[in-house]
Amino acid sequence: MTMRVLAQSRGFSLWPESASTSAEDVDLVYLALLGLTLFFVVLIGAMALGFGVKYRAGAKSFRDHPIRKTLPIELTWIVAPLVMTLVIFVWGASVFVDLGTPPADARSIYVVGKQWMWKVQHPGGRQEINELHVPTAESIKLVLTSQDVIHSFYVPAFRIKRDALPNQYTSLWFRATRPGVYHLFCAEYCGTDHARMRGSVVVMTPTDYQQWLAEEVTERRSDGATRGRDEEKESGPDSATSRRIDVSTSPSAFVEFGCAACHQSNTTDAGPNLAGLFGRTVRLADGRVVVADEEFLRRSILEPNHAIPSGYGNSSSMPTYAGQINDDQMAELVEFIKSLETNGEGATQPDWPATTP
Amino acid sequence: MTTLDTLTVAAPSYLASRWSLRSWLLTLDHKRIAILYLVSITGFFFIGGAAAVLMRLELATPESDVVQSAVYNRLFTIHGTVMVWFFLIPSIPAVLGNFLVPLMIGARDLAFPRLNLLSWYLFMAGGVLAIGSIVAGGVDTGWTFYTPFSTTYANSAVIPMVAGIFISGFSSILTGMNFVVTVHTMRAPGMTWFRLPLFIWAMYATSLIFVLATPVLAITLALIGIERIWGVGVFDPALGGDPLLFQHLFWFYSHPAVYIMVLPAMGIVSELIPCFARNPIFGYRFIAYSSLAIAILGFLVWGHHMFVAGQSLYASMVFSILSFLVAIPSGVKVFNWIVTLRNGTIQYKTPMLYALGFIGLFTVGGLTGLYLASLAVDLHVHDTYFVIAHFHYIMVGGAVMAYLGGIHFWWPKMTGRMYPEAWGVFSAVLLFFGFNLTFFPQFLLGYLGMVRRVAEYPPEFQVLNVLSSAGASILGVAYLVPLVYLTASLIRLPSAERNPWKATGLEWETSSPPTEFNFVQAPVVTSPPYAYPPLGAIAEPPATGVQEASSG
Amino acid sequence: MADTPLAHQFDDVAQQREAAGLGMWTFLATEVLFFGGLFTVYTVYRVKDSAAFVEACHELYMWLGAINTVVLLTSSWTMALGVHAAQHGERRRAVSFLVRTAVLGLVFLLIKGTEYSLDIRERLVPGPGFRAEWTVDPTHAQLFFVLYFVMTGLHAVHMLAGIGVVSAMAFMVWKSRSSTHHANALEMAGLYWHFVDIVWIFLFPLLYLVA
Repeated sequence: MTMRVLAQSRGFSLWPESASTSAEDVDLVYLALLGLTLFFVVLIGAMALGFGVKYRAGAKSFRDHPIRKTLPIELTWIVAPLVMTLVIFVWGASVFVDLGTPPADARSIYVVGKQWMWKVQHPGGRQEINELHVPTAESIKLVLTSQDVIHSFYVPAFRIKRDALPNQYTSLWFRATRPGVYHLFCAEYCGTDHARMRGSVVVMTPTDYQQWLAEEVTERRSDGATRGRDEEKESGPDSATSRRIDVSTSPSAFVEFGCAACHQSNTTDAGPNLAGLFGRTVRLADGRVVVADEEFLRRSILEPNHAIPSGYGNSSSMPTYAGQINDDQMAELVEFIKSLETNGEGATQPDWPATTP
Repeated sequence: MTTLDTLTVAAPSYLASRWSLRSWLLTLDHKRIAILYLVSITGFFFIGGAAAVLMRLELATPESDVVQSAVYNRLFTIHGTVMVWFFLIPSIPAVLGNFLVPLMIGARDLAFPRLNLLSWYLFMAGGVLAIGSIVAGGVDTGWTFYTPFSTTYANSAVIPMVAGIFISGFSSILTGMNFVVTVHTMRAPGMTWFRLPLFIWAMYATSLIFVLATPVLAITLALIGIERIWGVGVFDPALGGDPLLFQHLFWFYSHPAVYIMVLPAMGIVSELIPCFARNPIFGYRFIAYSSLAIAILGFLVWGHHMFVAGQSLYASMVFSILSFLVAIPSGVKVFNWIVTLRNGTIQYKTPMLYALGFIGLFTVGGLTGLYLASLAVDLHVHDTYFVIAHFHYIMVGGAVMAYLGGIHFWWPKMTGRMYPEAWGVFSAVLLFFGFNLTFFPQFLLGYLGMVRRVAEYPPEFQVLNVLSSAGASILGVAYLVPLVYLTASLIRLPSAERNPWKATGLEWETSSPPTEFNFVQAPVVTSPPYAYPPLGAIAEPPATGVQEASSG
Repeated sequence: MADTPLAHQFDDVAQQREAAGLGMWTFLATEVLFFGGLFTVYTVYRVKDSAAFVEACHELYMWLGAINTVVLLTSSWTMALGVHAAQHGERRRAVSFLVRTAVLGLVFLLIKGTEYSLDIRERLVPGPGFRAEWTVDPTHAQLFFVLYFVMTGLHAVHMLAGIGVVSAMAFMVWKSRSSTHHANALEMAGLYWHFVDIVWIFLFPLLYLVA
């Protein structure tokens, strides 16, 4: 039986824990900004204090030396701060772009936020509620969505957050470095129990993580003993259930919803082949050029007319699946499509058209 | 001393001329309208402040024991909406702006006195609706009304609150229109643009924002109302809408709105520093241009509220660099104010303490804005107490301190009474310390990861929260003390001199308080502002270069 | 314009005129931003859901919209003639043109009202009774109609205000001894009227001519 893991109360501290590569990167920018702040506060404070004391009424200071040339001084305090802030901008922007570009080999984990809990689904693994188990030293990409209002998935120890939007996928990625249990918060106000939409991110060594993935977890009794010393109040059901969904070997949703009929068949006037589609830049019928990411796949399934491939006419003959697929099934489907690398045996339909150079 | 005195001494002051309720409620006098605003926004300040007191009381412990979350969510929404729209946005423009703009440029009134009165009634109508929404159970959406929560999920009195803000927005628009037209067309002879007091430059820049940004808020709030009432989906993704579009529209107004709050405060500081340092302001034109630059750049940075919202990387980078740029003109002002002290003869009176407090706290607040502008750090601190600390340093440590400094400075002019200087110094110093104790710990809390809008939090955040709540109690006292002694000063008869601070500026050439029409004849201006005398000449009236138009 | 009464805050009539003009232009700037916010919302959704907007647009009565455009343009012409007449002291001509302007404004509103009643009958009003038979997603089609009713409704409210102002001014000019007394105010009213017309010139192609 697995114990429910709670983020331990660390006690009073002035600096947050650091558990990912992103945390280190962000902290460096922060420290640079602290240095800049200290510099200006000391400079301005010293000037103010200096002048304030020297030229106070009643002080016998020499006052007849006005500054004649004001332009060089004005330019100094325009240009110098401008240069400093531009340096910080470039640095911060490069970290931001890096944190906004998940590596291609990142493991995807799907997260659904709803009032007032987080549901986590590991493809090929387990489901969790208000907990996220991840290994160190591996790039993890979280694909986020919401079932109702805007939430925000925030892990202070990783120094990252991303809003979870309804009817849309957003994503963030990280690479954990230190095993431990860390806070997970909802950072976007989402209603009555927004404060209780909290959980834990459990970072484990890769070996421990593999072990955890393979475990079968039975429903935990909600008696006092196993609840343990929770200083925190966590919402959501008392039992941490899990279900194994092995997407890579059982394309159940793909077949169940009839996708294979058009996208993996031998008929000639069918839908385009989806093998290798994920991550490619593709051209659409209305001229737009887009990257086929998770959000694109999701939207194409729910609104086929939104993403007709170039050369397939003006109106899609694919039926819409809006209202028929829940978040878990959508995650399965998207992960399955991502995993498609080769055409099915004897499949004759054309590939999704690539962009013209 | 001048013939202006003899001409005005016979006429009663604007306060004494007529005393009926009708004469106040149907006044067209910009000075009386300013007083009407003064009384009403003070009321709203204490309503918003009461909400803050309850919030800080609750936050002293990690559990939600003083109030439950449902109530707490209404408290922070009330605090935000009332403080932003019914206190901060009107405060300096509607009170000090209305009172001083005509006086400072040598005019008898604003360009459109009736629109000015209408502006106050619209403000009050909006305020009544907002109070109605509070009485009806309050709103729990946050002052930012993010969709789809506010349109589809919130089960609270959203419509009356949104309607109240919508109506009070027209109050802002009319005030802005009035100021723009007045400054363009009604300056006294000889009052060229570069002889205007910097407070007027600040009010002018603020009015540009009033006029151009507020209508966008109006239409956005109207769409929320329509969506809630008719159940249609303009911003609700379940009905085909885009919640990010709401955020763009909302912040397109609400970011410039924060410059509505800070530009007038900077204008006040530009008046106080030269007066109490007895020195002309350093870099007049740079400060004037900076006000315009801040107003313009302020319209281009709204996306920095949306770095983690799902906005594109490229858009975020553009907004980030513009947000860094908008800090530069503010820095220019701070440096110019400090250098104004050099060669001065500084008197540490109450208004000067508030002005210096502004400079210190605004500097910290402005610098912490750079953290938020820098994309990498914002990923961590967005929606945490770091943001709360940042904007309170600017809006409370900055704008409210400047407002109080201005109220104290122009109190003798507005009321004809002086406040007790010792109590003034005490309150200003108490405010500074109470403020820092309240809000500095919140920077630390934010970086530690404490999120906004929560009544409960992990226990390791308690120490800093207790410090913050302790500071808030000091802050509360520092606001109540001036309320008491300023009100008490009204009991006595008017006895202030015409120009107790020996300040420059046309407003000090009128009596304290001024007569109904300010100037009998338009004064003629022949020299630049802030012509403060050098050391040793404090006792003599300043050479403002103001002459009465010759009449034989 | 010499006999326009001088308000106490102004030094002379020229200053008063300048202030009134700048005031009206500033007010029109706020209106541009007000409608502009709506136009932005419309444009975003038009790009996002173009197919739905095309189909929804076909349900509108384009010919009624076109007639209304001609009506409004004519009314702007009569308004300009009325202002011109007033400035030259031609009191009766001025009143006649102002009345014609107001009448044309009412004609516009009548046609718009007719359109609305047709829309109601065809179940195009957003809400629970909204028509469900579309080839596109009904929620996107409904979004078009939300924006259609809000934009044209807001415009109609402005028209109503304009008709009220023009009618009141017509009455005042008729009662006065000299039309130049009100020439300033009429010029401002004319600016407002032309602005409301221009908003329609943008609305019509945006809403009715989605190709």
